[in-house]
Amino acid sequence: MELPRVDTSRNPGCAARSCGSSGDQLSQLPEHIRAKVRNHPCYSEQAHHYFARMHVAVAPACNIQCHYCNRKYDCANESRPGVVSEVLTPEQAVKKVMAVAAHIPQMTVLGIAGPGDPLANPERTFATFRMLTEKAPDIKLCVSTNGLVLPESVDELCKANIDHVTITINCVDPDVGTRIYPWVFWNNRRVMGRAAAEILIEQQQKGLERLTARGILVKVNSVMIPGVNDEHLVEVSKVVKAKGAFLHNVMPLIAEPEHGTFYGLMGQRSPSHDELQRLQDACAGDMAMMRHCRQCRADAVGLLGEDRGQEFTLDKIEGMEIDYAAAMVKRAEVQARIARELEEKARSSKVQVISIEGLKKPRSASRPVLMAVATKGGGVINEHFGHASEFLIYEASDAGVRFIGHRKTIPYCEGGDTCGDGESALDRTLRELAGCEAVLCAKVGFEPWGALEAAGIQPNGEHAMEPIEAALAAVYAEMRAAGKLDAKPVAQQKAA
Amino acid sequence: MALEIIETCVNCHACEPLCPNQAIYQAIPHFLIDPDRCTECIGDHMDPQCASICPIEGAIVDESGQPLHPIGSLTGIPPELVACYRAALEAVKG
Repeated sequence: MELPRVDTSRNPGCAARSCGSSGDQLSQLPEHIRAKVRNHPCYSEQAHHYFARMHVAVAPACNIQCHYCNRKYDCANESRPGVVSEVLTPEQAVKKVMAVAAHIPQMTVLGIAGPGDPLANPERTFATFRMLTEKAPDIKLCVSTNGLVLPESVDELCKANIDHVTITINCVDPDVGTRIYPWVFWNNRRVMGRAAAEILIEQQQKGLERLTARGILVKVNSVMIPGVNDEHLVEVSKVVKAKGAFLHNVMPLIAEPEHGTFYGLMGQRSPSHDELQRLQDACAGDMAMMRHCRQCRADAVGLLGEDRGQEFTLDKIEGMEIDYAAAMVKRAEVQARIARELEEKARSSKVQVISIEGLKKPRSASRPVLMAVATKGGGVINEHFGHASEFLIYEASDAGVRFIGHRKTIPYCEGGDTCGDGESALDRTLRELAGCEAVLCAKVGFEPWGALEAAGIQPNGEHAMEPIEAALAAVYAEMRAAGKLDAKPVAQQKAA
Repeated sequence: MALEIIETCVNCHACEPLCPNQAIYQAIPHFLIDPDRCTECIGDHMDPQCASICPIEGAIVDESGQPLHPIGSLTGIPPELVACYRAALEAVKG
């Protein structure tokens, strides 16, 4: 028996349960919004398996300080917001975008996200957008901002044809804000303390209202900081939804001492996978949640979860001759082909849902199971266990299969004996996969196979090249048939 | 009377457009202030603009070499922790 994918349009009463469901997390939204984000990897969970994005680092200046950011730190191996290898001029950025667009035809979206705040660098940011509108009209333009000068920038954003904006909103209460933002630059002065948080919050909310009033799609990013704003983010989710934000992306704090940030040096901890998921589920009662964010660098290139930035460094694009007219034709073909594939997929999943509705539910509800998947994109299981630098995590239950998030690791085959602190790459992966009961990949080697089994995670290479959700549903059905869902997970039995 | 940008500058560009005297210019390895043009913003603003937006503690100093925003004053990180961190960074760089 195959399990249905959760279909929220048929099931409006359980939006909270199902809005993380793969490809369907936006299904409660009106059709015109879904049409706008259908090929946007950062907004649509389904799209992120197929379409790529890029950021250009033209905006180095910032007008606020956040406790999770350190402007001194830059490392090519680091992947997180605010980090870049080289700041570009608008002209260099345009050249890079056109080079990437020609080489990665499924790249649909160009975002400016820093490394500072795009709207604190209005000349550089808008010069880049203006040139791209003219030279590469087939690319969607996005911007990501802290919101401090957003209300005053809305007209300019509209003129620049930006139809997607992301605002990072970590709080709506200044008392929470004082523990996140030490200062803002406002009216030619540096403002510190509670007043800084008050100004920032007021501007963010005003900016959000003005954007949605103009019909611009707004996604809200929030950084989950345990003990600071974790409980408060449920309130944030309610407020931003009421003001018209269409998607909320709650991301885990990244804080390590070596980053030199306030939180990193002061020992502020990051949330666990479990805490993050619980908060996302709590917020999901109120609005569509994004769970596939990779918290990418301000100069990332490629599918989410991969970074091909090194293929397009300044010295490399210098030598590239780009025929953009020809590239546009190819891009349109490739993107149309992907769109057809997705439509086809959507049709077959609807048929599946209808055929399943007549089936009887199991007598007693089975417990949900977390499973990990290794994929290189395309919505199929096509990555070897040893090559995966991240795993996608899904929850399978009687209600269907839903996407939960991703977990980064060091590829087992590249990790060498240890990675820094004496932990082997395999140990790290096992730790990251804690809570999962199966891992589906294209192939798994002999050594990790044994280690995974010992950790209570069943390796599975039988569904190579199959669509992710269908494979997970099949594995869940097998587990049920084998009576594995009646017992506690293997890992818990061992711990007991 | 002029301010100076020192080597801890991270080239973030934030100060350059704010200067009422166009005294700040991009240079290698970091931005610089033309001392003949800098007025420390007296007559134009309440506070020197470059030092009011610069995110790096200690990167802008006055004529006597005193930082306008000493270590710890902007981020709230205790100076001894910052010193520790900077020493560790230097050690890694060799």
